[in-house]
Amino acid sequence: MPKVIIPTPLRPFTNQQDAVELPGSNVGEVLQALTTQYAELRKHLYNDEGKLRSFVNIYLNEEDIRYLDKEKTAVKEGDTLSIVPSIAGGLAWPL
Amino acid sequence: MATLTATTPSVGGLSNEEILRYSRHLIMPEVGMEGQLKLKAGRVLCVGTGGLGAPIGMYLAAAGVGTLGLVDFDVVDASNLQRQIIHGTKDIGRKKLDSAAERIADINPNVQVVRHEVALSSENALEIIRNYDIVVDGTDNFPTRYLVNDACVLLGKPNVYGSIFRFEGQASVFATKDGPCYRCLYPEPPPPGLVPSCAEGGVLGILPGVIGVIQATEVVKLLLGKGQTLAGRLLLYDALQMRFREMKLRKSPDCPICGPNRTIHQLIDYHQFCGVPQQPLAPQPQPAALEQEIEPRQVKALIDQKAPIVLIDVREVHEHQICNIPYAKLIPLGELPKRLHELNPADDIIVHCKSGMRSAKACDLLRQNGFLRVRNMKGGILAWSDQVDPTVPKY
Repeated sequence: MPKVIIPTPLRPFTNQQDAVELPGSNVGEVLQALTTQYAELRKHLYNDEGKLRSFVNIYLNEEDIRYLDKEKTAVKEGDTLSIVPSIAGGLAWPL
Repeated sequence: MATLTATTPSVGGLSNEEILRYSRHLIMPEVGMEGQLKLKAGRVLCVGTGGLGAPIGMYLAAAGVGTLGLVDFDVVDASNLQRQIIHGTKDIGRKKLDSAAERIADINPNVQVVRHEVALSSENALEIIRNYDIVVDGTDNFPTRYLVNDACVLLGKPNVYGSIFRFEGQASVFATKDGPCYRCLYPEPPPPGLVPSCAEGGVLGILPGVIGVIQATEVVKLLLGKGQTLAGRLLLYDALQMRFREMKLRKSPDCPICGPNRTIHQLIDYHQFCGVPQQPLAPQPQPAALEQEIEPRQVKALIDQKAPIVLIDVREVHEHQICNIPYAKLIPLGELPKRLHELNPADDIIVHCKSGMRSAKACDLLRQNGFLRVRNMKGGILAWSDQVDPTVPKY
């Protein structure tokens, strides 16, 4: 099954797991399986219209899915999907 | 078999002191006299002298970058010292600019430090950045990050980017000629509150060291014109797994500032863009039956009077272990939606966290769920330590 790598800010919603293996033949299906298993993740990945949020990028192996077939991008056994959100550290935010 | 080059600049050479100081650079063919003089001629602006800015400033100074601009308006706090190694214990309470400039002068007095004691803004960013060759982004918030990005794109200056959270870091080089920018990666920031901040989430002290040193390396390579920079690549670092990964980063054809159909032609209001009000939040129109905030000393008085209040601590378990108020019930903010049934809407509820921000979110959440007698303890447990019990440690 494809593996999804969960970034630190989203691990509280996956029982602190840093990677989850999920079924699916394309990116959308794998993410659907992920947000079904961990329902609280859904609002962090998708906006109210059900579109991936613009500050969260999804990579299939090393490639941004925006430059592949987006959520229809096919995935296969052994592929790694990475969720890479924008992060900001240091002081309290929002200031 | 050494060969003499005829291209060695005759002006602005190195003194004997500098030749000795930079000897480990000078004997490397990738740097040499020519490269060292490029570093000396280099003008680099470091935005922030905090976790990332500390190693960036120190290494670039040691490497012999001729002019280092520093932007910061903050003061050194004890809680900075776990990671901001350009500042020391003796500097607590001093301006970060003073402390950083002093440290840099000690490392390398040949470096000219230019102090910019301002918050970088749409009004001053272009004027400041214009004078530099490269900008290194050591900022800790989204409004400044988008501002730095946009200003660098508009001025055509490379923007050496780094960002950190807990055990994880990102680095890249943006806004090089034909290269992608931060908006190609993330067109928009997350709305406030959706992504936890570092003051809430914490950061491994060494992490900004690793990421900042990567940024400093990229600056040196850009100045030397050697090697492959991170332009077009996003480097991801996970300290817990001790793993580096790399993603491809493309120039987005839809980028609003560097794309062919760009819609942004000048700097904008970045606080508004990021949904972060510059003014303190106006009180929300709520049908609350009570004042929305309460001072720690008033909470203590209520406890002493044995008033029927319920005190909730919405910090994380590991923060509760550092210090806590004995009467408080711990429900971490993230668990609150699932644990509302443990609370009674008829009770007088007072919520606290570390400094009052998360508890304000918790109060909003409670009010939305019909808990009207909810108050936020102003200033959190930090203010409790100030007003009620100084034996409670601050962190």
